[in-house]
Amino acid sequence: MFDYLTYVREGNFPHIWCSGCGHGIVLKSFIRAIDKLGIHRDEAVMVSGIGCSSRTAGYVDINTLHTTHGRAIAFATGVKFANPKLHVIVVTGDGDATAIGGNHYIHAARRNIDLTVLIYNNYIYGMTGGQVSPTTPRGARASTSPFGNIEPPFNISGLASAAGASFVARGDVYHAQKLEKLITQAIQKKGFSVVEVLSPCPTAYGRRNRMASPVTLMEWLRDNCIPVKKYEKMSEEERSGKIRTGVLIDIEKPEFTEEYRKLVDSMQVRG
Amino acid sequence: MKKVIMGNHAVSYGVRASDVKVISAYPITPQTQVVELLSEMCADGEIDAKFIKVESEHSALTAVVGASAAGVRSFTATSAQGLLLMHEILHWAVGARLPIVLANINRAVGPPWSIWTDQNDSLSQRDVGWLQIYCESNQETQDTIVQAFKIAETVKLPVMLVLDAFFLSHTFEIVDILEAEQVRPFLPPYSTEVRVDVEDSHSFGNLASPDGYFELRYMIQKAMEQSREVVKEVDREFGEHFGRSYGLIQPYRCDDAETILVTSGTVASTTRAVIDQMRDEGIKIGSLKIRVFRPFPFEEVFEVLSGAKKVAVIDRNISFGHHGIFFQEVKSALYGRTDIPIIGFITGIGGRDVTPTVIREIADKAMGDESPEREINWIGVKR
Ligand SMILES: Cc1ncc(C[n+]2csc(CCOP(=O)(O)OP(=O)(O)O)c2C)c(N)n1
Ligand code: SF4
Repeated sequence: MFDYLTYVREGNFPHIWCSGCGHGIVLKSFIRAIDKLGIHRDEAVMVSGIGCSSRTAGYVDINTLHTTHGRAIAFATGVKFANPKLHVIVVTGDGDATAIGGNHYIHAARRNIDLTVLIYNNYIYGMTGGQVSPTTPRGARASTSPFGNIEPPFNISGLASAAGASFVARGDVYHAQKLEKLITQAIQKKGFSVVEVLSPCPTAYGRRNRMASPVTLMEWLRDNCIPVKKYEKMSEEERSGKIRTGVLIDIEKPEFTEEYRKLVDSMQVRG
Repeated sequence: MKKVIMGNHAVSYGVRASDVKVISAYPITPQTQVVELLSEMCADGEIDAKFIKVESEHSALTAVVGASAAGVRSFTATSAQGLLLMHEILHWAVGARLPIVLANINRAVGPPWSIWTDQNDSLSQRDVGWLQIYCESNQETQDTIVQAFKIAETVKLPVMLVLDAFFLSHTFEIVDILEAEQVRPFLPPYSTEVRVDVEDSHSFGNLASPDGYFELRYMIQKAMEQSREVVKEVDREFGEHFGRSYGLIQPYRCDDAETILVTSGTVASTTRAVIDQMRDEGIKIGSLKIRVFRPFPFEEVFEVLSGAKKVAVIDRNISFGHHGIFFQEVKSALYGRTDIPIIGFITGIGGRDVTPTVIREIADKAMGDESPEREINWIGVKR
């Protein structure tokens, strides 16, 4: 059996996640991915913000920076710039990345800096007890929208694609093997790479939205997450309410730290 | 009507009673319940206010500044990292002279990450020009919100209420709930002529040359000085209406006290219990709670402390490279007017409990110690 504990800070257990939370599955998928890639723990840095999702950085035994709410990508930009050899992985939540940290998210994508960003999307602010986040669906209930949310949500993956990311994928914690593959591809990709992971929150989201049981949430992911290829063959009608998963964008474009190095080199030749 | 409510909800009830029109906030522990209840009250139509959900504390205070500039009574609440993120706009609200009220739940600042109480978040904002009032009980919290709007609108400066995380924010107490109808004679609906308006336009935040900026800053200081009397007057008037007053400071058994312990927030109640015990033992000791920190009540503090032989200041905060912040302030209030030794104690940082035993240790040390007043006495630190 795979020994997860070699990558885990056991001293920080028990973890803070509720039973039925999807976040632990992302942690395990990530550990399998770096193990298979043969990345040494000293070559990897995990940078997280604040939230249940961001707590992942407390449990992984690699270099970690557990930073402030929304700023993980900005911290990670500094780390990557200072030492471009490092694999820099950001873990963040939908609130962390697209509310308070939204500006960093789109600008890092625009620059196409070589970071891997894992966004745990649970449609809610889990840690603070279930307030509306920028991905809360219309009509869904939250502690700050007791009668249903009236704001249209962000599409996390779409946002990264539009802003210029070179790799964008969407996975979910029901399809954990696939998730591991997507994380692996994202880490391998040179450029700004995003994996949006649908990771349910039974406590703060499910209970308010008639999906209190983690099993119901898992079944919902099983039934509604459709691989890209299959999705493309479906009719408009069949697509309704379904979520496209898999690799959504995979393109080659200049990476920021490399472009910077090239510029410096060319100036030195001239100088 | 009396209700058993948590400290955070006492803030919400204070806002409900104050005819607030715009509320904006971003969730953060241990503040969250303040705005959760307010958002429910808005949704239920219990208050006629608009609740703006935003993407950060910076946006929350900014939205509230916008609402206040449009001429309506506005409120926000936050804690620690959130307050720090608001810093730029805290200045803006003062410069634009907007009477906003904000409740900050004192929480230690990261890293390392902590959700427990200490005062470094609010005290690191001491020079921005907001009035700061430190609350001790749920009743005082609700009442101070109502007072705060009246003070803010009179002196045209924003007011920050400060509550200890958990010890106050999450503690349940009986509160005599104020209703808006009851409060209106004391705090009439807000109206101001200086506002952005389609019929009568005004401008906020324009460029000021060295020829004018200086004077605007001078006027802020004058308003702060004036606010000392306004706080007292509003508190007195509140007492007339509702039978409760709180003062700038609260001396306890200080009349013949040889030693006085200076406190703030919930540590004040614990200290009073220790004072009672020590008085039973025949020790002449008292305590002084500082409720209003900005403007600092220099005269009132001097008056109480000048009769003592020794003063000990308890700080749940630290100004790195200097000393406890209340210690600095108390010292400057006494400077050049007495030669009473003032001894500074730092304790309870990051939510470490300040128990009666801790206070007793401080009192004993203060009475026995002749150590130079510059030295910091750390109580309870593991070394
Ligand atoms: C500046 C600041 N504001 C607010 C908070 C409080 N806070 C902590 S986590 C969080 C939301 C987290 O939501 P998300 O990123 O979606 O992660 P989840 O907990 O759902 O995994 C908030 C608002 C904070 N820590 N810092
Ligand atoms: S509150 Fe939600 S996101 Fe946070 S640990 Fe619990 S289930 Fe997970």
